[in-house]
Amino acid sequence: MYLTAEPIDLADFIGNARPSDGAVCAFVGVVRNESDGRETVAIEYEAYGEMAESEMSRIARSLAEEWPGARLRIRHRVGRLSIGESSVAIVATAPHRDEAFAACRAAIERIKKSVPIWKREICPDGSSEWVDPTRPDTIARP
Amino acid sequence: MQVRVLYFASFRDAAGRREERRHLPDGSRVEDLWKELSRSVPTFGRFPAMPPAAVNREYVTADTRLAEGDEVAFLPPVAGG
Repeated sequence: MYLTAEPIDLADFIGNARPSDGAVCAFVGVVRNESDGRETVAIEYEAYGEMAESEMSRIARSLAEEWPGARLRIRHRVGRLSIGESSVAIVATAPHRDEAFAACRAAIERIKKSVPIWKREICPDGSSEWVDPTRPDTIARP
Repeated sequence: MQVRVLYFASFRDAAGRREERRHLPDGSRVEDLWKELSRSVPTFGRFPAMPPAAVNREYVTADTRLAEGDEVAFLPPVAGG
């Protein structure tokens, strides 16, 4: 399972290397307190559950093929998250660091691009807005 | 034929529902369904192009033919991470 409604236990998630692994590279996305200058108090994540599961599984499989020896673990939260909570965790393990870094980086980029997950930023006054990364007035973050 | 249409996030807000069943002529394609939905949901009608679509939980192109019982979803811009 790639999606979870429960907090991600990072220590448990990261500490899972194989004897052949010489590198463990982790990326953790956390909920920030502002978005384009607007204060945010929480983010609500929603997923097209079954499709998000199969997309993340497909991404993990193709990365392991592209970087032989690499193995990916991915966990993405759904539901309402407070500031500082981990929304996504990715761990790439590989015999050497180059593959681990590359696979980890590629994983988060592909997740953001194709996995059917949406988020709504909640403001202090209770109003909220769906995040649209394709909107021209959204500051691009390469 | 009949298909099941799912709505998520901003599209669910626009459609005012999570899912519905739609009857379509046999041989209909994904783009035909989008045109039909655009007529009943004003927000969809203002989109310049068909958004990404999934049939039975896989991304498909606009010209994909639909079949009885398909689960179809048009997807708002994804924003995971």
